[in-house]
Amino acid sequence: MNALNPLQTDDYSLSFDPQQAVVRCAGFLRLDGVTQYQPLMDLLLAAIEVSPVLVLNLEELEFLNSSGISMLSMFVVKIRERGDVQLTLRGSAKILWQTKSLRNLQRLMPALKLKLV
Amino acid sequence: MTIPLEPVSDSALPEEIYGDFQVNMRGCNDFLTLNFTLSDEQRLLRWSNYGLSADFLGDYFASFFPGTCLDGEQISRRDEVKSVVSFVSNELLENAVKYGRHSQTLPVTITLRLFGDMIVFEASNPSTAEHVKGYRAFVQQLVSGDPADLYFRQLEQTAAGTGQSQMGILTMINDYQARFGWRFSPMPSEAESIQGAAAEVPWLVDVMVCLNVGGR
Repeated sequence: MNALNPLQTDDYSLSFDPQQAVVRCAGFLRLDGVTQYQPLMDLLLAAIEVSPVLVLNLEELEFLNSSGISMLSMFVVKIRERGDVQLTLRGSAKILWQTKSLRNLQRLMPALKLKLV
Repeated sequence: MTIPLEPVSDSALPEEIYGDFQVNMRGCNDFLTLNFTLSDEQRLLRWSNYGLSADFLGDYFASFFPGTCLDGEQISRRDEVKSVVSFVSNELLENAVKYGRHSQTLPVTITLRLFGDMIVFEASNPSTAEHVKGYRAFVQQLVSGDPADLYFRQLEQTAAGTGQSQMGILTMINDYQARFGWRFSPMPSEAESIQGAAAEVPWLVDVMVCLNVGGR
């Protein structure tokens, strides 16, 4: 099973575009605990193997529960530990949870670029 | 802070209160309560219901606020309330369901009360003495420490994979300036005896969250 295969449900989608070096996540994510987020984490980890300079586009991610925020922070810390990946987070200034919680990820990894459009 | 206590537990065992727990609330413009009674088997299978309920609560209370954006703002009060209410409700429901325990008579309950610019959430669920013990320890740590410090330490621990419980509560405090209160009440009259063994006394866990919306 290829970890890079796009994920799609009625609630959310996650896909990797290797040409543009972008992972896009959209919809409403409220999975039950970090273990349920593993397939998403696997896709993200596989994407940075292909594109060590990566944009994670969350501009259409309307909802993320705290388990999802935890998963994102785990991903950021893995990147911090590797030291050879450059990650940019693109989000939306119109989506409240992003204006509240994404900045904390920069505290985890100051080299993380964050753009809220 | 002195809180007038109305006895709610039906036992001589004292209920415990921590943080900002309001027992008497007057001046509420609007409130809404949802009750969930679910068997242990069903409550995790019905996971999508909690998101639906949280979104419904968000939509319901958002309608009381203006839909226009102020100068320089990207998010209207209505959208702010909708997002905050659905996020907080979702977290409270997830916690109540994941860490609660089925009871024949005690439901999982969530109530929202609107006081002008302040929203008060109250979620309650039946639980066990065992779970309350761990929860109580976390709450005691929280009310005596620095929440921001605790948040980032827990975030690092979570990121390292060493458990992620209570990230929801820490996120609401750190990112949304939520004020929390807790009440743990033993309920001996609800004790259910299983297969002739000594009856286990359930506990009622009551979590209260206050948030201001729109104050700049």
